[in-house]
Amino acid sequence: MWSYTVKRILQGIITVWFIATATFLAMHNVPGDPLSSDRATNETIRANLEARYGLDKPLLEQYFVYMGNMMRGDFGISFTQQNREVNDIIREHFPVSATLGVLAVMFAALGGILMGALTALYRNRLPDYIIMFLVIMGISVPSFVFAALGQLSLVNLNAMMGFSVLPVAGWGTVSHMLLPALVLGLGTMAYLTRLMRSSMLEVISSDYVRTARAKGVPAARIFTRHQLRNAVMPVITVLGPAIASITTGGFVVELVFAVPGLGRYFVQAVQQLDYTVIMGTTVFYGAFLVFMVILVDLVYGWIDPRVRLK
Amino acid sequence: MKSDSSVDNRLLSAAGRQLIVFTVIALLAVAALMFALNWLAGLTSSTAGGSRTAVDFETNTITTYLRDEPPQMNSMIATDAVSGMILNHVMEGLLRYDQLGNLEGGVAERWEQNGSEITFWLREDSRWSDGQPVTAHDFVFAWRNAVSPAIGSQYAFILYPILNAEKINNSELPIDTLGVRALDDRTLLVTLETPIAYFDRMVAFVTFLPAREDFYTATNGRYGADADEMLYNGPYIMTSWVHGSSMRLERNPYYWDDNRGRIEVINFAHMTSDPNTLLNLFKDNQIVMADLGATMLEEAMLQGWQIQSFQEGTVFFIEFNHRDERLTRNLNLRKAFYLAQDSGELVNRVIKLPGYLPGESLFPGWLRGVEDSLRDEYPAPFYNRNITLAREHLRMALDELGLDQLPQMTLLTGDAPTARMQAEYYQEVFKRNLGIDVIIDAQIFRQRLEKMTSGEFDMVMAGWGPDYDDPLTFADLFSSWNLNNRGRYASDALDAQVRIAQSSLDTVERMNAFGEIQRLLYEDVVIIPNYERGYVYVTDPRLRGLIRRVIGAEIDFTYAWIEE
Repeated sequence: MWSYTVKRILQGIITVWFIATATFLAMHNVPGDPLSSDRATNETIRANLEARYGLDKPLLEQYFVYMGNMMRGDFGISFTQQNREVNDIIREHFPVSATLGVLAVMFAALGGILMGALTALYRNRLPDYIIMFLVIMGISVPSFVFAALGQLSLVNLNAMMGFSVLPVAGWGTVSHMLLPALVLGLGTMAYLTRLMRSSMLEVISSDYVRTARAKGVPAARIFTRHQLRNAVMPVITVLGPAIASITTGGFVVELVFAVPGLGRYFVQAVQQLDYTVIMGTTVFYGAFLVFMVILVDLVYGWIDPRVRLK
Repeated sequence: MKSDSSVDNRLLSAAGRQLIVFTVIALLAVAALMFALNWLAGLTSSTAGGSRTAVDFETNTITTYLRDEPPQMNSMIATDAVSGMILNHVMEGLLRYDQLGNLEGGVAERWEQNGSEITFWLREDSRWSDGQPVTAHDFVFAWRNAVSPAIGSQYAFILYPILNAEKINNSELPIDTLGVRALDDRTLLVTLETPIAYFDRMVAFVTFLPAREDFYTATNGRYGADADEMLYNGPYIMTSWVHGSSMRLERNPYYWDDNRGRIEVINFAHMTSDPNTLLNLFKDNQIVMADLGATMLEEAMLQGWQIQSFQEGTVFFIEFNHRDERLTRNLNLRKAFYLAQDSGELVNRVIKLPGYLPGESLFPGWLRGVEDSLRDEYPAPFYNRNITLAREHLRMALDELGLDQLPQMTLLTGDAPTARMQAEYYQEVFKRNLGIDVIIDAQIFRQRLEKMTSGEFDMVMAGWGPDYDDPLTFADLFSSWNLNNRGRYASDALDAQVRIAQSSLDTVERMNAFGEIQRLLYEDVVIIPNYERGYVYVTDPRLRGLIRRVIGAEIDFTYAWIEE
């Protein structure tokens, strides 16, 4: 168990190093740089700026300087937000994205497991058809459509009620989080519903369920102990990456609901070629994703004792 | 013996009951989690604090939004419009623009230009937000910093008219040789490289704002990074700035001018540029104003809102690549392109937003000439669409170039949906009217700049906005030495006129030069003017006196008030 954990962590570190190096090289090979602006700078101003950010050094030297700083946990200073450290940007905005992400995954997991179980139980009957129709919608309609629709309905609801039922956009209280989290979780919820349905169907027709039934185990117990618990395993496996991808992929929803999450910085940094922020957010997100995958593997072994970690 | 299906049914109902129990438990768990999150959010404190409606009479507060998070608030290095807008509320320079856009004294009571020397006399009652007086030394300090190579300000060039500024920026001279001196606490003497007529109008720009040395030094390089790392001398002070989410301005008790800052609190509760979100927030009575997109106009009219439009000052045009190796160097070819399109069609059929004006000249309509509008005094010559003539010019161009047919031409543009739409319009008309294949090269901002600078285009959709209130801010764009002249157009005749406009102190002579530059740009078809950009926006009827400016703060609440 311990040696397995250590091995996985070492692999994770190598992965993150690889992400960092690849991003660094790709970023510097894109034409243009963060110092160009629509007001052309003369050579003097440009040289002053390059010196300030250390861009006047050879690329290899920049790489080693950067990696050295990164080891010490220093991602440098943003190019576009000239007085802010990338560490501050991550520290201030990641918790927002993470809160939204965790809530969205909660919605997605609960909704997905319950609806998936329901569709499997009522296979080829009305509840199955209705839910599967919604699932197709959830998978095929992009989140910005749901976001815009949700927001619009909220505006109309507020206008109808004559008071603010839920805030239309913004951040700060749990009432601000509800709708964005729900919208953000919809796609994953649909995906998990399908996963849960197929996994449940497999379990329902399995031998051990038939045996349990033959032994006369009460129906409720069969459902919870034998069916649900076994069927939920694949769902848990994808939960970790889902948290990571929801947290990192919430840019559009964050934009529509004016949520001050990290997503906006991630996307804007790429558009603006803000080297330090690109590196900081990519490495951070990469590390986060790797960490979640490792965590899920370890938790998996704990939930299902049949999986022995070596 | 029970049938198989009855066993199934029993299982099903039991499972159904279980599911209901699970659902209830899950909902309770989520609710508990919500409470925990609510509590946590309260601890970390995020946004939207304060009042919950657009206008609050009790506390004399308005709530509105920012299009973007300002990069930072250090006036010496600020370059963007949002920072400029906030700085106009919290700072005051020597000179400023009044409600009608005329230049007037800010911190300076009066000023006098004598050849290359300008003296500013500072008012006695202008104070910093800690109560200390604003002195001439604060301007000397800020301006020296703005040209200092160590600071590396991108807008250092705007101070180049000041004696030695360029050499200091170039590390050739120490910063204390800058041609600006505090004769005493309330007298500032500026010495220029050569006498110019428009320096006072430049002084209203953000780079010329003051900063106090002791405070600046105490922030340890973080000046302007947070609300408490700045000292204010404008009608408002920033009391909170939650990065990426909100900003709060409150009236500055030490500010001298009672006409400005009538609203007690300006709460920028949201930072987003999504037009749908803004419209929804406006509808929900959360913000006092919102910019509208083309698709929202109908709805705004149905709602009976107060819709306003204004030209924000920027001119957009297709810039040709005039480099030797490019076909667009050929005048007849450029003329063919010009004659084949119609900027009015672009504005009325493609952009379809009120507030936009079809482009006719590099000089936008709001610029002032001798007495009236520059464009009234010097009407812009322009080519009307004439497809027959266009084809004739194309034929002449092909003859001159020795080609049978024109190869594909590249039109460089931005990646915004509107930019692509406009590029597609031109692609279509050039194909239809001239039979020329145009490839659209849509690039993100920095890469487009890179390609513009290195000349990797035949035509590029570009724009130019003003820095100061003088036609020269547009006129020198195509001078051969201007680095923003990315099509590398070079003409001795135009350069000579730009020099006159720069150095002459006589208004009529200068305006004649601008008229001449406008004619040269037209005759040589340096650009195809597209449009002057406009904004359409709605405001809360209870908000009065909001000003939107071309020069200076794009949105100005400092003269505004609220009324039932």
